[in-house]
Amino acid sequence: MRNPLADKVVDIKPSGIRKFFDIVSEMEDAISLGVGEPDFDTPWHIRDEGIYSLEKGRTFYTSNAGLKDLKIEICNYIKRTQGIEYDYNHETIVTVGGSEAIDIALRAMANAGDEVLLPQPSYVSYEPCAILANAVPVIIELKAENEFRLTAQEILDAVTDKTKVLILPFPNNPTGAIMEREDLDEIAKVIIEKDLFVISDEIYAELTYDKKHVSIASLPGMKERTILINGFSKAYAMTGWRLGYACGPEIIMEQMLKIHQFAIMCAPTTSQYAAVEALRNGDDDVRQMREAYNQRRRYLLHTFKEMGLECFEPFGAFYVFPCIKEFGMTSEEFADRFLREEKVAVVPGTAFGGCGEGFVRISYAYSLENLKIAIGKLRNFVERLRREQAEK
Amino acid sequence: MREQILSIIERNSRIDLKELAVILGVEEIDVVNEMAAMEKEGIICGYHTMIDWEKTAIEKVTALIEVRVTPQRGQGFDSIAERIYKYPEVNSVYLISGGYDLLVTLEGKSLKQVSAFVSDKLSTLDTVLSTATHFILKKYKDHGTILAKKYEDEREKITP
Repeated sequence: MRNPLADKVVDIKPSGIRKFFDIVSEMEDAISLGVGEPDFDTPWHIRDEGIYSLEKGRTFYTSNAGLKDLKIEICNYIKRTQGIEYDYNHETIVTVGGSEAIDIALRAMANAGDEVLLPQPSYVSYEPCAILANAVPVIIELKAENEFRLTAQEILDAVTDKTKVLILPFPNNPTGAIMEREDLDEIAKVIIEKDLFVISDEIYAELTYDKKHVSIASLPGMKERTILINGFSKAYAMTGWRLGYACGPEIIMEQMLKIHQFAIMCAPTTSQYAAVEALRNGDDDVRQMREAYNQRRRYLLHTFKEMGLECFEPFGAFYVFPCIKEFGMTSEEFADRFLREEKVAVVPGTAFGGCGEGFVRISYAYSLENLKIAIGKLRNFVERLRREQAEK
Repeated sequence: MREQILSIIERNSRIDLKELAVILGVEEIDVVNEMAAMEKEGIICGYHTMIDWEKTAIEKVTALIEVRVTPQRGQGFDSIAERIYKYPEVNSVYLISGGYDLLVTLEGKSLKQVSAFVSDKLSTLDTVLSTATHFILKKYKDHGTILAKKYEDEREKITP
């Protein structure tokens, strides 16, 4: 039999998280700080709308781009939060999570050999999606001294004649970094000057703890160059509903819709009805969850400071990204020993790109009580490592 | 800051004040002062403990009693409410809009004890027109806390 597989797919490295996941799931009493989804249940009134839609027998397909009511609510939401006006009919697609939107945006925009600028550390799916779209991912290594923000100079250093798209993953998973208005102003100049397009993954837009999130699409001249991606998973604790969306210029959305139509047909109908309720009546839930995350964030930063563990203050998402270089081991070794010795799982920074070396991702999508237990164990571990180093 | 303090201690009155200051991002002394002020103003009225008595060996019954009364000239419902809430076995007294006037919750050791209270003490008050007593069979959720089952984290342990 000949090889049934496509080289392009076989060559993609499996997610760095996988190996770790296998060890953790076999350890029964392991505490995890490795989860990338909210610990809250979807607010009941939103779940209730989903249930109601099932009761009413709304079990059909929706139109390819999504329910009209939902697209209108999405556009209203973006208008009221970012001041950007999108046409619900031609500039909005409801997708199966933000992940699908990333995939179809890349596939709609990249020709074979086009370069896609990809800042790392960042979410695990950008690089494989770019490769599957026949593009060439060009990694920009974000720096701790910049609080993992992307700078205009870093783009300039990476741009070539073949560069077409920049992926902008802020607020960032795994670092918790954000990009403020001034940061965006600087990079927008370069994007326009170099005639690039932006795929802006704003899935954590609602989870910022100092200032409100600013979308790059709201900057002058950027709406026509940006695919804005967001979704319901993080803000409304709706990960399992698999629902996201993309908004952008009609000329691109039209082509994205073709891929979506043939690959997916439409996003889950039940989820779409629930999402209408989320956007209409969910602001207060988001506010309460944000406040809870912020309390945990403050708690973690405070305890890191007490422990003397180096960590910049992240203002977004629900992750902290402490530096573990002082212990003289790799992120993977650190995470591995921490898991075996204290039974607490954190994710090595390298799972999110090579430049995550020297860092680990700690999620605070856990109750304060659980965080306290886990941090107690981290304290023990860190102290033990320091004693070991002193003895050497 | 007040609203945030209250919403946290409403759920966990035993929280360490230093920790409360940390998670709110303020100084401990400010939390201490604010709590003292709220105690003084009667906003914080006590620090109670949620107990699921059913899980203990102690017998207890709780009743909700709807009471219809004649309001008294010049005092409305206040004096009759006071008459009722002074009994130590009375847990709460609310003035209610709708089909009756006062909702009284009562804790006793047995059905007998509760009915004795209703027939001997409550119904015999001059201003009480009628009572309807409902016994609580099971508490599923109380003070925003679900008693029936324990939360379990069913998420996958590691996700990107």
